[in-house]
Amino acid sequence: MTSADNLQAFKREGRIVVVGASLAGLRAAEALREEGFTGSLTMIGDELGEPYDRPPLSKQVLTGWVPAENTKLPRRREVDAEWLLGVPASGLDLATNHVRLADGREVPFDRVLISTGVRGRPWFVESEAALDGVFVVRTREHAAGLQRALAAGPSRVLVIGAGFTGSEIASICRERDIPVTVAELAPAPLVGALGAMIGEVAADMQRAHGVDLRCGVKVTRLEGDAQGRLRRAHFDDGSTIDTDVAVVALGGVRNTDWLQGSGLAAGVWGIACDTGCRALDLNGLVTDDVFAAGDVARCPNPIYEYRLISLEHWANAVEQAEVAAHNMVSGQADRWPHLSIPRFWSIQFGVNIKSVGVPTFADEVVVTQGSVPDHRFVAAYGYRGRVTAAVSFNNAKWLDHYQALIETAAPSPPPCPAPDQPADAKPVPVDFPGPTLLAQGATVVVTGHDPSERRVTAAYQHR
Amino acid sequence: MRVVVDLSRCQGYAQCAFLAPDVFRMHGEEALMYDPNPDDARRDQVLRAAAACPVQAILVDQLEGRDAPAEASPS
Amino acid sequence: MTTTETPSTLQRILDYSSRADPYPLYAELRRTPVARQEDGSYVVSTYREITDLLHNPHLSSDTRNLSHPTAGAEEQATPAFINLDPPAHDRLRRMTMRHFGPPHTPGLVTGMEDDLTGIVGSLIDDLAGKEQIDLVDDFAYPFPVTVICRLLGVPHEDEPRFHLWVDDVVNAIDYNPKTDPKEKLEKGIQARNELRRYLGGLVDQRHGRPGGEDLLARLANDDGPDGRMTDEEIVATANLLLIAGHETTVNLITNGMLTLLRHPQVLQRLRHEPDLVVPLTEELLRYEPPVHIIPWRAAYSDITVADTVIPKSSRIMLMLASGSRDPNRFHEPDRFDPDRRDNQHLGFGSGIHLCFGGPLARRETQIALTELARRLDRPRLVADPPPYRRSPVLRGPVHLHIEQGDGY
Repeated sequence: MTSADNLQAFKREGRIVVVGASLAGLRAAEALREEGFTGSLTMIGDELGEPYDRPPLSKQVLTGWVPAENTKLPRRREVDAEWLLGVPASGLDLATNHVRLADGREVPFDRVLISTGVRGRPWFVESEAALDGVFVVRTREHAAGLQRALAAGPSRVLVIGAGFTGSEIASICRERDIPVTVAELAPAPLVGALGAMIGEVAADMQRAHGVDLRCGVKVTRLEGDAQGRLRRAHFDDGSTIDTDVAVVALGGVRNTDWLQGSGLAAGVWGIACDTGCRALDLNGLVTDDVFAAGDVARCPNPIYEYRLISLEHWANAVEQAEVAAHNMVSGQADRWPHLSIPRFWSIQFGVNIKSVGVPTFADEVVVTQGSVPDHRFVAAYGYRGRVTAAVSFNNAKWLDHYQALIETAAPSPPPCPAPDQPADAKPVPVDFPGPTLLAQGATVVVTGHDPSERRVTAAYQHR
Repeated sequence: MRVVVDLSRCQGYAQCAFLAPDVFRMHGEEALMYDPNPDDARRDQVLRAAAACPVQAILVDQLEGRDAPAEASPS
Repeated sequence: MTTTETPSTLQRILDYSSRADPYPLYAELRRTPVARQEDGSYVVSTYREITDLLHNPHLSSDTRNLSHPTAGAEEQATPAFINLDPPAHDRLRRMTMRHFGPPHTPGLVTGMEDDLTGIVGSLIDDLAGKEQIDLVDDFAYPFPVTVICRLLGVPHEDEPRFHLWVDDVVNAIDYNPKTDPKEKLEKGIQARNELRRYLGGLVDQRHGRPGGEDLLARLANDDGPDGRMTDEEIVATANLLLIAGHETTVNLITNGMLTLLRHPQVLQRLRHEPDLVVPLTEELLRYEPPVHIIPWRAAYSDITVADTVIPKSSRIMLMLASGSRDPNRFHEPDRFDPDRRDNQHLGFGSGIHLCFGGPLARRETQIALTELARRLDRPRLVADPPPYRRSPVLRGPVHLHIEQGDGY
């Protein structure tokens, strides 16, 4: 698709398929129509029903306020698409430009957008995961099931994993006055995302709200009764607790399995893309007709040394969808890079936690405003002397300022104090438990010797 | 009616919670929780709340009153 | 070389002769987004730069951080939260908000709707059959004043007394030692002290009487998570709310009616589409806002904005009404468009000092304009432009003479 005529013809009567009909897929479809694409649009999604919003599932749905089915996303405009819902895509053939569905159907396209997102990482023992009372929270069915279990008044809930979702669920349990134990392998909650200093604050918050927080422990076994109901959990320190509900909150698994053999640079870490959301092939070369957006996309961010970063952030999904849609119907010269600064939020224990930038891309952190003991503060993250991220607890109105610091590579720690900077504030090491930006394990092998024959092949691992 | 709030934009000004308190509720001082599918009887309040948002983070369905988008399933 | 001093753009804006239409001067000002003045202060007039500053923690609202404290500054008195930085600001605003809005009192403003509609209705009843109306004296002033008095618990019959004090206090807000007579400042300080003494008396009456419904009673007897406000803090807060409740909504309603009379097709639409009042009010807050200028903030440390370094302790003036007319932010900014969709205006400011009473002001204005449009009989402006109040900061007509009915 090189000439302007071809592009115009494509915009008029081309075929676009969007695989993944959640937030990113829907917003991309709307943006495609907004951009003037009048060709055929097909939305493929593994879940039945209209696209819905996920953040409420671990918050207002679990409190019992909002029924899980009441989370359908509002529309910005009509998309006039064909919706193929309830069947997942099972393959992508780039030789013939077809998406294969699990029921055998094949859907042809000129350009395809992949926005298949992530699924909840299941409990590692299948028989234990199947016990009555063991949940993950990713879909609205999951959330509805967990809400019913909470409403039934369990004697104790076990939350496995104290990341954002796990912490939010623990917070809801306390709000509903349900005893809750949180088990986390790391030394503190949120530590993998926000580092040791914030982790300590998060741990304080949990304990102050009556959470039985156990850090540095691993759940080794979920034990059921004869009726297949969860009864007890075992920890690696030999202790046990009696519990009838366990929530597995160990993060997500990117939905890229269906792309095996497609020739795309797709793996457990997502689909590698350029900043224009164009997918890379296995060799790391940019494709022209395959795009990715949302949780499944892994894009370089120039601010962070062009590292490939995938983000499970709501705003990231919306913004990438808009960039991808624009680029799908634009010529090379008119394409946009996705260059926004990541933003994230979590609501737990009555506190609004927000972040801007990439906190894991940092070596030091300093409280720049407010009071940590009061859980009202801003902390700025720095990497090699420049600001790379900030986190606020009930202080969101200042974050735009920190975004500007990140965008302008302002010095870290910020040299001038604000009126409410704590007198004893000084930078401390950010202290993440592991090398968080590094991929885990080899996923490809390289073959050939001559530059013309060097190639990458996928090396799929068993997990 | 359907509503979504871009909570990455939201800065906790609580204007929505003043103007449509049954739909938008503050959880603590700054965090917002809301009903994404409020009753049509709250429509006026929700539109006032959306208009008043200082960061324009509230999206109300634009297809209101028209045919619901196809919920096609594989046939 | 000429030695005649030509007045700066800012001086011309502050001059009363430009009160009716400062907007062309704002456009002139925006050519230099951050403009250093002769006295070492800085004027910021573009949208992006104003919003950046309002979210910058180094921009202080506390006069004690100015190298030359502003005339009329309140350093002797306990400042209200509008003149404080975090954490003192946050604490007082939070304690006041407990009795005015979410999360503690979320239903207060919606709960006042019937009251608001009732007051508006009876004021308009009084206008029926009157062919000559002064919208300010007959409606736009008494309405919000009645509301704020009820809310605070200030006896309405005392209104003539504090009306004069409030006028003098507001007059002194933009006191300029170079051009203004010293009496203007002295009168302002005296009025402020009188007003504070008066409010202090009301607070005294409420001590030890828990269960009172008005804001003063609640503030005087509340023991929330932040403890109890001192009497000085309550007086400073009540003083702020009383003045703001007097001087801003009256302008918003009057500016609104003036704008509608200048755009009769919109007034006509409003009669038949009452929902229009919601986006229309937002557009008014952008197009003819009640507060045009944040007259001073202080640089707590050196602040860089739009490649200009503003030195520590400098005075900074933020031209909100200019920012809301910035063509780099708003499409056709000088057009009044009640259907405007992208309208993130600066009418109520932004950041932690965002107007405390915004939700109430919005509902007051929405109810007032809807009812005025519905019930006035073919209203017409008598003079355009109308006479304006002195202040360039809280800008609005001092009178708005309207004819209705068959007239003449």
